[in-house]
Amino acid sequence: MSFRIQKEARQESMLLNMGPSHPAMHGTIRIMLELDGERILNAELEVGYLHRGFEKTCENRTYFNLLPYTDRLNYVSPLINNLGYVMTLEKMLGLQVPEHAQYIRVIMSELSRISDHLTCLAAMAMECGAFTVFLYKIKAREFIWDFIERTTGARMTTSYVRIGGVRANLHEGWREDLIKAIQETRTVLKDVHALLDKNKIFLNRTRDIAVVSPEMAINYGWTGPCLRSTGVYYDVRKAHPYLVYDQLEFEVPLGERGDNYDRYMVRMLEMEQSLRLIEQAMDKLPDRSPAQELNLEGIEPAEAIKISRRKKPGQKIKLSPNLEGMEKENYPLILANDPRYIMPPKEDVYTTIEGLIRHFKYFMKGHGIRPPKGEVYFSVEGGNGELGYYIVSDGTDKPYRLHLRAPCFHIVSALEEMILGHYIADVIPTFGSLNMIGGELDR
Amino acid sequence: MAMEKQIVLKDLQEKFGSEISKTDLQFGDDILHIKKEALIPIVNFLRQAPYEFTMLLDLTCVDYLGEEDRFEMVYHLFSLKNNLRLRIKTRLKESDLKIDSITSVWKNANWLEREVYDMFGVEFEGHPYLKRIFMYDGFEGFPLRKDYPLRKRQPRLPLK
Repeated sequence: MSFRIQKEARQESMLLNMGPSHPAMHGTIRIMLELDGERILNAELEVGYLHRGFEKTCENRTYFNLLPYTDRLNYVSPLINNLGYVMTLEKMLGLQVPEHAQYIRVIMSELSRISDHLTCLAAMAMECGAFTVFLYKIKAREFIWDFIERTTGARMTTSYVRIGGVRANLHEGWREDLIKAIQETRTVLKDVHALLDKNKIFLNRTRDIAVVSPEMAINYGWTGPCLRSTGVYYDVRKAHPYLVYDQLEFEVPLGERGDNYDRYMVRMLEMEQSLRLIEQAMDKLPDRSPAQELNLEGIEPAEAIKISRRKKPGQKIKLSPNLEGMEKENYPLILANDPRYIMPPKEDVYTTIEGLIRHFKYFMKGHGIRPPKGEVYFSVEGGNGELGYYIVSDGTDKPYRLHLRAPCFHIVSALEEMILGHYIADVIPTFGSLNMIGGELDR
Repeated sequence: MAMEKQIVLKDLQEKFGSEISKTDLQFGDDILHIKKEALIPIVNFLRQAPYEFTMLLDLTCVDYLGEEDRFEMVYHLFSLKNNLRLRIKTRLKESDLKIDSITSVWKNANWLEREVYDMFGVEFEGHPYLKRIFMYDGFEGFPLRKDYPLRKRQPRLPLK
């Protein structure tokens, strides 16, 4: 085993190994440094410690079954990963998603974006010594995740965005929860601005460190906040609008110098825009009507099945609390009206033979979602940048090839060049500002 | 003013008529099938004004096991100025699994080509450091090829 850096190493310099289990190497990544004193002469990155064959696995799963694997790509903003995959498939199938579900998707993806940026900046600040900032930001993230948990039932691996819509309607009392989360996040952002923006220590570690020019950023295929920190105006939400982003008002913050501080600042400002987006989407969504409430009274499913052998039960069916928000009354709001591609409501599955057949056809191998032959590329604005899926379909119920354009793969590939000539201590905030996520990078 | 994609495709046809085997449109995405020798001239042409496809969005490979030209290289280009995406595809034979590297044109091609080499075994001529990126040295075979079994295990390498 020989690395480029080992072959090139000089006698008067020193080789230093950072990672793969270094506390500042967020996921697992190894940086080999060739040093002259503390100055970096040469660097080489080794990735792949978290490689788990995502693409190979997807080729062997049906389109519905592979959805949970997309949660585990960028595990800080799983909802955007779900969304990217599902929307790629919807582009192939030509599904029309109800407006209500589109606004829910906007809320969920913006919440994920905030939690992604919060985590990135929290870690970056902590590594620069600002532990208070870390605690504040993780506190704000907790409110966001509480909201996500109450609706989706999970904190990180949500699998909430489904083909044709979302899994369930928002939970009861969601508006109050969301308003609280927004308020808490606003307070935290204000505090963090006060703590860091003009902090001498933080400025020394970030200002004019690892400056990236717009040309270099484009040449490396950077997207997202990192590209925008260099002053290039490109946001997938503006350039190729999806969902209802073209009907909502928001700005795209840009940096000037492309250094660590700009990458921090762009993320901070972007969170404010995301909060704005959530508030606008919130106003478009009606409160839940009593008909959509969870039905705790009624006959047991087993009894309903028994009755339905002879006649229609004609009574409400008591569903498991896990199914809250996906009762039949919610279906027109949350899922597209196309029986070929969406799961039938549980009430139908329990009481009608047609529903039962549809249910089995949906999940049986070889019978599920079968998109037309062809290939498609679609991308959404993820936490790190353009998150694109390239799917090749051969007409069966499994993708022939699924490739993920991971934004941080492109961003991290520039790190070797960015840290040249800087000190070892600069590696840490530089690496932190790139927001490397192992699950997405190594796939 | 933003340029229409029809103009880009027309200009390409005029300049590289014999190198382009066909153009295609699938689900609204434009696809350009080219001969593999023409890859570098075409991407260099597209990078210039007025087309300015300055960004390499993605680079990957698809394995069509059983077909004569087994591997298909897929390049996604993006023009920031004109807000256009273009997909360029070229086929490779298994017996001659080599293609020119585009690392001299885009820097992120370095890692992307390493990934394709790692997963499919495609050799990139002119790549500065063609080495496995996700799998370890000593891994045998190419995992994303269709003839690599899903559950195949390989023995652990001894510690040195």
